[in-house]
Amino acid sequence: MSGGAAPFPSRAERRELAAREGRVARILTFSAVDGPGNRAAVFLQGCSFDCVYCHNPETRPAVTAKARPDEQPAWPRAMTALGVVAAVWPYRAFLSGVTVSGGECGEQPDFLSALVGLFGGLGLPALVDTNGSLDYAARPDIVGRAAGFMLDLKAWDPVEHRRLTGADNAHVIANLRFLAAAGKLVELRTVVSPGLFDADSTVRHGARELAASGSAARYALIRFRPQGTRKAARDLPRPDDATMERLAAIAREEGAKDVRII
Amino acid sequence: MNPAQRVVTDATLTIQQKINGLAHVAEDQLDVLRVGPDVQELRDAGVICDLFEGAAPYRPRYVVPDYELFMRQGSEFLGLKAPADIWEATAALLILYRHVPSITSFPVYLGDLDALLEPFVGDEAEARKAIGLFLTQIDRTLNDSFCHADLGPAATKAGRIILELTREQQNAVPNLTLKYDPELTPPDFAELAAATALDTAKPSFANHRIFQSEFRAMGSDDYAIASCYNGLPKGGGSCTLVRLNLAKLAPRAADRDQLLSSVLPEAVDRQLEYIDERVRFLVSESGFFQSSFLVREGLIHPERFSAMFGLVGLAECVNAHSGGARFGHDDEADELGLRIIRDIDARVRSHVSPYLAFNGGRFLMHAQVGIDSDTGVSPGCRIPIGQEPELPEHIVRSAPFHRYFPSGIGDVFAFDPTTRRNPGHLRDIAAGALKSGLRYFSAYAADADVVRITGYLVKRSELARLNRGEATMQDTTALGRNAINNLGVLERRVRS
Ligand code: SF4
Repeated sequence: MSGGAAPFPSRAERRELAAREGRVARILTFSAVDGPGNRAAVFLQGCSFDCVYCHNPETRPAVTAKARPDEQPAWPRAMTALGVVAAVWPYRAFLSGVTVSGGECGEQPDFLSALVGLFGGLGLPALVDTNGSLDYAARPDIVGRAAGFMLDLKAWDPVEHRRLTGADNAHVIANLRFLAAAGKLVELRTVVSPGLFDADSTVRHGARELAASGSAARYALIRFRPQGTRKAARDLPRPDDATMERLAAIAREEGAKDVRII
Repeated sequence: MNPAQRVVTDATLTIQQKINGLAHVAEDQLDVLRVGPDVQELRDAGVICDLFEGAAPYRPRYVVPDYELFMRQGSEFLGLKAPADIWEATAALLILYRHVPSITSFPVYLGDLDALLEPFVGDEAEARKAIGLFLTQIDRTLNDSFCHADLGPAATKAGRIILELTREQQNAVPNLTLKYDPELTPPDFAELAAATALDTAKPSFANHRIFQSEFRAMGSDDYAIASCYNGLPKGGGSCTLVRLNLAKLAPRAADRDQLLSSVLPEAVDRQLEYIDERVRFLVSESGFFQSSFLVREGLIHPERFSAMFGLVGLAECVNAHSGGARFGHDDEADELGLRIIRDIDARVRSHVSPYLAFNGGRFLMHAQVGIDSDTGVSPGCRIPIGQEPELPEHIVRSAPFHRYFPSGIGDVFAFDPTTRRNPGHLRDIAAGALKSGLRYFSAYAADADVVRITGYLVKRSELARLNRGEATMQDTTALGRNAINNLGVLERRVRS
């Protein structure tokens, strides 16, 4: 794999990484839906996007719950990277690896870097599940040690992206190009709700980028589902099979190698 | 009604099922076993149960032929030469199956099919056609879900073809096991097995390393998984299986001390005595080993036969004497469970059969999965359905029991149908479970047509037929219906 693979941390560096602190929304030790195989999923707390259809709005604020003195600490909680590793470690025999997700894991780049380095060094390859707001080209420590990235492409058009998420997508598109070219992109995904944004154009451009860099990344086209969303989003339209099939056909036509409807 | 007449007039039975039923009625006319009053009392109370094997054992309960040898030498008795191509190979096996006796009147072990057929896989399309017909014929003519075939541990073309066809055909028979070894089984082959299990509840994953090392230590080069999940020496088998119902034994002890110091050891001794007597008749009087061509042609050897000491209902027994601690949830309760199993194991090990040579005459322990008429009795050492803890904890709590049962113990897990999108998830969990010491791991998707009842498989569509009062192809369908009603099999906790 290209992209400047950083060696896994030395003993001294491990000590430093293990002590780094971050906000953790929760840890799932067995997940079937956060990458290939059975993976532990570590959800970091805090996200600066504000997606209309966000499925975990409670993970957006950059906060931790107040720990009451004589109770189990509540989620989200402050943890060291070592604490996160220790929570996953007993289950290692069952895992293909770990996925660091969010909220948005890129909002805590040094903590993300510590997790990716520690897990990778322990033989649990780490996937990064991100909205692409962090400039990954500037973080070889993360990119080199992560096993791969799963990136959201919420909308191609910057105006639509801003309307949908409240944020610009220049970094997202730059990351798509950079990670795909580096061979680090394992999955690109777009959540589809008819009328919310131009899905045809988004999928067309996304697939085109994959093809342009010869990326074998899967393109996952995800139907909008109201579970977990805020009240305001419950009534967003859900795409029918024909819409999803049409989008899948566009992605294939543009050269995406592995297209899935989810 | 006279039992024979009941069989003859039962509208839900096929002719073949009626003939088997009548044979059973006839066998039970005989009174050839010398059973003492203490044993009889425990049998009448349902504490000791031979699972309807019949009153005069005239064939071993489980026969595990050396099919590899048969493929090399053919059979003089059957007038067959060693097969030379895929058509001859599949035909030869189908012919031999017809002559392999077992308690069910069907063969409980069909061979390590991938290894048996691999040498004959030349042109893949032709092999697929031959194996497809072979599997269909097995399902339609060996119509009993206790027919069991093994695959692995290595990946082969034949193994892949069998898994792919199993997925396509959606048959209940044969039951399938993948002998899994992390060093020998490639991840993509294990993933194909997992994907197949999510569609058809099979194969299950057997811990090849554990089985192989144990059976080698007992003096058998190779082992097979037969019937539900029973580990047995290849070229031999098991004469009988008798089970101790711990759930029914529990109330016979006033407290835990009495259970451990007298009630349990006495019941174990009585069961050993009963097994000895069944083996005695089979070995010394029935003439089976003297007359079977399988023995004459070296496909089975009397000295590779053992007998199985089964038990059932550990959870209920523990819960009755644990002072409120719950089996599968509280360490104290699990400790008591282990103590009971260790005590039984020690007693079974110290008993030497005068009639059997295998494993020094020592019987093999088996965690029996229950029979359809059981109510409120959990299979073997399983945590009761409806009380299953989270998946990792479930595995960690079950694993310590598995080492005591070389002739079979296993857990069944129901997975969310969406797991089909990521069969690697199931593969990883199965691999992790075996690595954590589980001997045998079965899974299915909660919405699949083929469902694993306790050890065997039934099709929901066949159950519907039976519920309408029509005859069904497999006699196991009726067992499945009763188990669903009595054990809540379809209420297993769904993992996602
Ligand atoms: S990027 Fe993800 S976590 Fe952040 S608001 Fe959007 S959907 Fe929610």
